[in-house]
Amino acid sequence: MATEEQLFALDEGVPANPVEELLRMDRIPHIWCPGCGIGTTVNCFVRALQTSGTDLTKVAVVSGIGCTGRVAGYINLDSFHTTHGRAIPFATGLKLANPELKVIVYSGDGDLTAIGGNHFIHAARRNMDLTVILVNNMIYGMTGGQVAPTTPLTATASTMPHGNYEQTFNLPFLAESCGAVYVARWTAYHVRHLTKSIKEAMAKKGFSFIEILAPCPTLYSRRNKLGDGLEQMVYFKDYSEIRHGADTKSVALDFQGKIVVGKFVDKERPTYQQAMYDHFAKKLGDRYVPSEEMRKVFHGPDGN
Amino acid sequence: MATAEPIGVLTGAHFVDGDHACSEGAIAAGCRFVAGYPITPSTEVVERVAERFPFVGGVFVQMEDEIASSIAIQGAVWAGKKAMTVTSGPGFSLMMEHIGLAAMTEAPCVFVDVQRAGPSTGLPTMPAQGDMMQARWGSHGDYGIIALSPNSPQECFDLTIKAFNLSEQYRVPVLFMMDECVGHMIERVVIPAAEDIDIVERRTFTGPKEEYRPFQPDADLVPKMVKAGEGYHLHVTGLTHDEKGYPNMTVGTQARLVRRLVDKIRVNADAIVDYREEGVEDADVVVVTYGISSRTAIPAIEQARKEGLKIGHLRLVVVWPFPEKRIRELASRVKAFVVPELNFGQIALEVERCAGGEARVECVPHAGGTVHNPRDIYQSIRNCAKGS
Ligand SMILES: Cc1ncc(C[n+]2csc(CCOP(=O)(O)OP(=O)(O)O)c2C)c(N)n1
Ligand code: SF4
Ligand SMILES: [Mg+2]
Repeated sequence: MATEEQLFALDEGVPANPVEELLRMDRIPHIWCPGCGIGTTVNCFVRALQTSGTDLTKVAVVSGIGCTGRVAGYINLDSFHTTHGRAIPFATGLKLANPELKVIVYSGDGDLTAIGGNHFIHAARRNMDLTVILVNNMIYGMTGGQVAPTTPLTATASTMPHGNYEQTFNLPFLAESCGAVYVARWTAYHVRHLTKSIKEAMAKKGFSFIEILAPCPTLYSRRNKLGDGLEQMVYFKDYSEIRHGADTKSVALDFQGKIVVGKFVDKERPTYQQAMYDHFAKKLGDRYVPSEEMRKVFHGPDGN
Repeated sequence: MATAEPIGVLTGAHFVDGDHACSEGAIAAGCRFVAGYPITPSTEVVERVAERFPFVGGVFVQMEDEIASSIAIQGAVWAGKKAMTVTSGPGFSLMMEHIGLAAMTEAPCVFVDVQRAGPSTGLPTMPAQGDMMQARWGSHGDYGIIALSPNSPQECFDLTIKAFNLSEQYRVPVLFMMDECVGHMIERVVIPAAEDIDIVERRTFTGPKEEYRPFQPDADLVPKMVKAGEGYHLHVTGLTHDEKGYPNMTVGTQARLVRRLVDKIRVNADAIVDYREEGVEDADVVVVTYGISSRTAIPAIEQARKEGLKIGHLRLVVVWPFPEKRIRELASRVKAFVVPELNFGQIALEVERCAGGEARVECVPHAGGTVHNPRDIYQSIRNCAKGS
């Protein structure tokens, strides 16, 4: 076995992975299993950040709890690993207090739509200016493979040992109905599309939402006898159909069925904070004293 | 020490209730972010904030529930704001996980609980003091917090400022334990000039990024803060973490971190503890009170004194940390402590613990819904003084 010194010697001259500057390399190796799809999504996210032209000192990443919830801890930006289900309200406070920040919520399907479902629908309704990246592995990974609101009908989970009989959330439809201005779905297989989509979502003002289907070989695939991570990627590749602008009502997921991916919603609506600023500026005129940060960001035609 | 920003300070005499005074205290203290969810009898606090904030550079948001409110404020804290949330019993119960998060991540913020009678929905519009132990121990795990208890609208103003100052100084969640009576009681409140209001500003780190260790404490066990967006690439987690803020799930790191979170308050307790005493020097019986019970106890104490009994009054202003030393000293020379509270014995237990069997401790319990009849307090004082 090579000594540590030899290993470092080998590293010299090898060009660093370009995503490294945005990862906390002092925390690698990460905790994710071999074949897990979360890392692939992070790669896309980092590349999206690097090519977005965004001022990275002003980007903050907020996660809840779960395997996906660990993403915040690996991103070398201001990053917050909060409580289970509450990444969105934490991000809301961060964003409202400093609208100069670009706030990304990065978390799991269970975190954002089960325990955190209430926050999800209200942030979308208010059009809070957040980008929500949801990794849907169709299961609770971190706690050992229990059923999630996203588990397809008939799939098994540790708490659905005889197969799932609960209705599954159609997340793009949920997000659109609640008022999200940008809604897309991709899989961990669609790395180029996904990277582009993350960039678009970040550039969007308002509540933007990307659902990413990702393999959880350790719990979801194994229990459902779907092979390893690679096999799940092959499924994503073979069964996905890109349909931009698809009616979100029609994109529900079935167990190992067809996956409609693409950008479904891209529209304009005033953000919560823009609405707040414009409203107070109009109603209160000169008497309105916005926070310094708000004045900087929102001094529009209606402002001062 | 810094002083208050004039824009937020309504200098002068006002005739307002405790809830409104609390809002003004927060604004004077520099609070510029409030998230809340309506619940009687605390709602007036956020209503006034919602009215006032557009004129002082503040942001108020009514969240979808108390769980959201209690973490939205922490997002705002990491964006550099002083922040507060406000609730009552049922909402306070929902906030417990996030009191723990604030303690673990050392996010300075203020939780106001205008106590009403419980358990559960209880008596929504009526007073109690049943959340005092919940304030101390309500979140899972072990940690230190600070809790204050005002007994008048004036104190709702003054002590809210103190609550913010303590939260900044020690980087802990501070729990502001009002009760329905104090919240809805209308009295004269004098707001001083801005330059006469002392403000503790956040202890910030301004050195180079490479040198920043977000959870490396200063000598008083409190680390310096930065905020998001300054380029420090801060990481904050509720997991057990090292000085860098990185998760480190080892027994050693857990011991080091949690000991510091507890010691931060324990070691600094003498500086934090705050109580008012009256007539305790030669007392045989000391009545220990806080919040509204400090006022219902007064006629009882006066009556007993008229009868020649030697009665002292110790009122807790800071309830947590508890003035252990003082109670211990007094226990060695008084006969008894009488503790009237609108619960069945919470702070009385703490007095009993500190008295360590040296003096009798008698709780005057009450289920809440109204205040004590002073006669019940008097009776207890008399029994204790006469040794019956
Ligand atoms: C309040 C609370 N309840 C339960 C848990 C336990 N828990 C941790 S992660 C998790 C589920 C995570 O599932 P998901 O969001 O889908 O993330 P994944 O691990 O699949 O990426 C649960 C239930 C917790 N940490 N906190
Ligand atoms: S349990 Fe599943 S989701 Fe979690 S790291 Fe392993 S493969 Fe990924
Ligand atoms: Mg999951």
